[in-house]
Amino acid sequence: MSASLDKGVAVLKEMIDAPIASYFESCVHCGLCAEACLFYTETGDPKYTPIHKLEPLRRIYEQEYTLLGRLAKLVGLSKPVTDDELEAWKELVYNSCTLCARCSLVCPVGNDIVYMVRKFREGMAVSGHAPDGLIGAVTRTIEIGSPMGVKLPAVQAQMKHVQDETGIEIPMDKEGAEYMVMLSSMEIMNFPEYLGAIAKIMKQAGKTWTLCSTAFEATNAGIQIGVSDLAKVIVNRIVEGAERLKVKTVISPECGHAYTALRWDGANLIGRPYTFKVLHILEVLDEFRSQGLLKTEGFETTRMTFHDPCQLGRRGGVVEQPRNLMNMVTKDFVEMDDPGKYNWCCGGGGGVSANEEAEELRLEVFKIKKRQLENVGAKTMVTACANCRIVLEEGLEHYQMDIPVVGLTELIAEHLAPDK
Amino acid sequence: MNEVELLNWVRGPGLNIAIGIFLLGTIWRLFEIYSLGRKKDLSAPRHTAGASGWNTIARRSLAPPGMLKRSPISYIGGYVFHVGLAIVVFLFAPHIELIENLFGLSWPALPSQVVDLATVVTLAAMVLVLVDRINKPVKRYLSTVEDYFTWAVTFLPVLTGYMAVKHLLLPYTTMLALHILSVEILLVVLPFTKLFHVFTLFMSRWYNGQANAHKGVPV
Amino acid sequence: MSRRPTVAEQLARQGVSRRAFLKFCAAAASLMALPPSMAPAIAEALGKLRRPSVIWLSFQECTGCTESLTRSHTPTVESLIFDMISLDYHHTLQAAAGTAAEQAREDAMKEAGYLVLVDGSIPTRDGGIYSTIAGVTNLQMLKDALANAAAVVSIGTCAAYGGIPKADPNPTGAKSVQALMDEGLVPRKPVINVPGCPPIPTVITGVLAHYLTFGEIPELDSLGRPTMFYGDSIHDRCYRRPFYDQGMFAKTFDDEGARKGWCLFELGCKGPTTHNACATTKWNNGTSFPIESGHGCIGCSEPDFWDAGSFYTALSAPADPLTLATSATVAGAAIGVGMSFVNRAKKGAAKSGHETATLKDLEK
Repeated sequence: MSASLDKGVAVLKEMIDAPIASYFESCVHCGLCAEACLFYTETGDPKYTPIHKLEPLRRIYEQEYTLLGRLAKLVGLSKPVTDDELEAWKELVYNSCTLCARCSLVCPVGNDIVYMVRKFREGMAVSGHAPDGLIGAVTRTIEIGSPMGVKLPAVQAQMKHVQDETGIEIPMDKEGAEYMVMLSSMEIMNFPEYLGAIAKIMKQAGKTWTLCSTAFEATNAGIQIGVSDLAKVIVNRIVEGAERLKVKTVISPECGHAYTALRWDGANLIGRPYTFKVLHILEVLDEFRSQGLLKTEGFETTRMTFHDPCQLGRRGGVVEQPRNLMNMVTKDFVEMDDPGKYNWCCGGGGGVSANEEAEELRLEVFKIKKRQLENVGAKTMVTACANCRIVLEEGLEHYQMDIPVVGLTELIAEHLAPDK
Repeated sequence: MNEVELLNWVRGPGLNIAIGIFLLGTIWRLFEIYSLGRKKDLSAPRHTAGASGWNTIARRSLAPPGMLKRSPISYIGGYVFHVGLAIVVFLFAPHIELIENLFGLSWPALPSQVVDLATVVTLAAMVLVLVDRINKPVKRYLSTVEDYFTWAVTFLPVLTGYMAVKHLLLPYTTMLALHILSVEILLVVLPFTKLFHVFTLFMSRWYNGQANAHKGVPV
Repeated sequence: MSRRPTVAEQLARQGVSRRAFLKFCAAAASLMALPPSMAPAIAEALGKLRRPSVIWLSFQECTGCTESLTRSHTPTVESLIFDMISLDYHHTLQAAAGTAAEQAREDAMKEAGYLVLVDGSIPTRDGGIYSTIAGVTNLQMLKDALANAAAVVSIGTCAAYGGIPKADPNPTGAKSVQALMDEGLVPRKPVINVPGCPPIPTVITGVLAHYLTFGEIPELDSLGRPTMFYGDSIHDRCYRRPFYDQGMFAKTFDDEGARKGWCLFELGCKGPTTHNACATTKWNNGTSFPIESGHGCIGCSEPDFWDAGSFYTALSAPADPLTLATSATVAGAAIGVGMSFVNRAKKGAAKSGHETATLKDLEK
């Protein structure tokens, strides 16, 4: 295989830009980013301080792009980055960072630390220091079409199943539909309720929609491992599908990083703006709600709370919508501490849940969610990201907490008012 | 070299050299850093009130929810010493005189008793943040020689200034000369150490605020 | 003159009463910050003293120091002091002229243990030819005079620190007495510096009285000045100090603040770095001193006061700190722009050399 340190450094030279330079120059080693990072707060180990996870990148920046750094490297004061070093940093860059960006939110000098971690992964991956779990996921996505190895027949089977159950036809490859609905393989495999929920909601709203046979998978392991070239291949499938079907809007499923990949990174990966809009399913639902196209009846009476997926809230700007929707169908909706953009990560984002090496640590840092849940006394947890959902379920099971986790879209679908 | 010769040197050629290196370093570093450029974001923006680079420049001066409790010394010590430094540097009559002499700008000074108090509080806060740096595992882990060095070159001008005004340890003339010398050292090292954050932090906040404002998140 | 009369005898001869003499001694004691009970001891010491021979050498100077000393009112401590010493040579004050005058100096130098008073700096460039007396260079005359001297008192800032003749660019190579000794150009003797441009008359006489009374050099600061007169800064003892502490400064010489007697710091007063007794002893029989007359201290009792920037620039404001600013800015921009070209080329090369990453690139 062809990964090499040189390739990694070359890619990082491309990646380093004025914001990264400014961020490194601004850091005063105050350590406040650690206080925002669940990997530090839950373990107390200072090596998990977010800015420390970037130390090799900082040296490459200094040695390549500053005069004094170049001189220091020339006279041997600043040692070049080695393969061994990057291998040692793998744990910090992949296993103990979910790209949740809480550090970027608190840094007093304003450093967007997670922006740098994301870029650093570009160099780590092509120098051969990405974890096997993520390499597997991205390989399956590129070669098979989905990180969990889901192929079209599996989707078609799900469609049939949902059609039988709901009596609503699930459209596929319908040109000119208003919405193109994306799925995550987690939803296809583990949470089939999602597709049924969409069918009911769209029917009630009277909107045209479709699935796409060449682009049903929304997740993008290329983003998580940090290889833009591969992320571009994956996102291109969706862009081509949407443009072929001439849809107005592509709906990102309940998946945080899929939303980031599609909504924010996609246009930059393909190098041009989209010809269609991208919305998260919660944005669509809230739009329907405000237009009176979403009618529900009845309320959940158990105490429920909402877990903000990092990529949806803090990194996506979808914060109000889930609250509006929660209030439509629940009587006892309570917020955990630090809600909205300040929410604490489930511990499995940014590819961590696909990375077996990180499992033990992931369960340890879940203590923060456990505490948050206990403080608020919720009996059911609602979220809007299939990855969060599975990570939350695993964490709750590990700590023997009997709290179900449901997707917000399904929760809404359960309360849809019947047709008149 | 006696104390008057030293004072004359630091007020004359010394200051000249220090300001020269400071300007040279600052302009060089600013070009070096910001000429690296960045890509335009091609995704469709989302607009949210309160989300912009400028908003973040202001907002990051306040502690986010929960953070004050997690690291009180960083915030309280940090506020006190930064505000204290600003008072001491910009509201002490002789300093205003210097600024007026350099740039022709002038404003009213605080009574020297108030400046004295601010100085003592600033020194105490700086000692506190140093102790915190040594005590707190994360800060100690992150700290390099540069962190302690920059602390010292920031601390010394305040200390020597106070000692000069209060006639402590050494005669006023000698202390004044050492005070100016310590400020010159600060000026010389500023562009080449983490002290350069005095300039870059505004752009860093702006970049972060602007990039997230594009997504409609007021960070 | 086979035997010099004692001070007491001399005073009696001149009709000065014992009471008047004691009064002088009390004044001298207070000047030297000694308790009043010391006055009789001073009187006794001075009374018994034979009038010592004093040689006053005036070199590169303006005669201001002598003027200061002689600006005395009667009855004055100054005139009494003159009665206590035998001023054997002072080419401004003495009656003799020409060869006779120089002869007096040479005679005085025959008996060792005399006191040398110097005002003015000593030129050293080109063999010291820039100032000569009776064909003898100042340097040579000082060298000769110091050979048998007991001590030397450098009167005025020129003798003490070089003063105005030494000011940049110092065309004559002027040096202070102490500097000449340090360089081994004249014999080393104890030196008392009494700087000031000019020094306060009572300070000159006070230093002499101390030396004569106790027969030893008073306690000196690091610049060779008697701490009894130069221990405090003008600023410490200034009656306008409260205004400084409250931040009340005159901005011009005729504004409201100036009329109300506010601090003159911003008008360039060098009081904080100047050590002298002006604020306590004052001038003209205790009438006033420069700050009291509305002008800032110019720092004349400090070395190099002439080269320490404008008298009207605040102490905290540097002389001319931006002379390098323009060239530094240009140089900084040059390095910065240079680096930005280098960096852009490097980043551009990395981009154009980019090989699209494939799955193969994820493993070694």
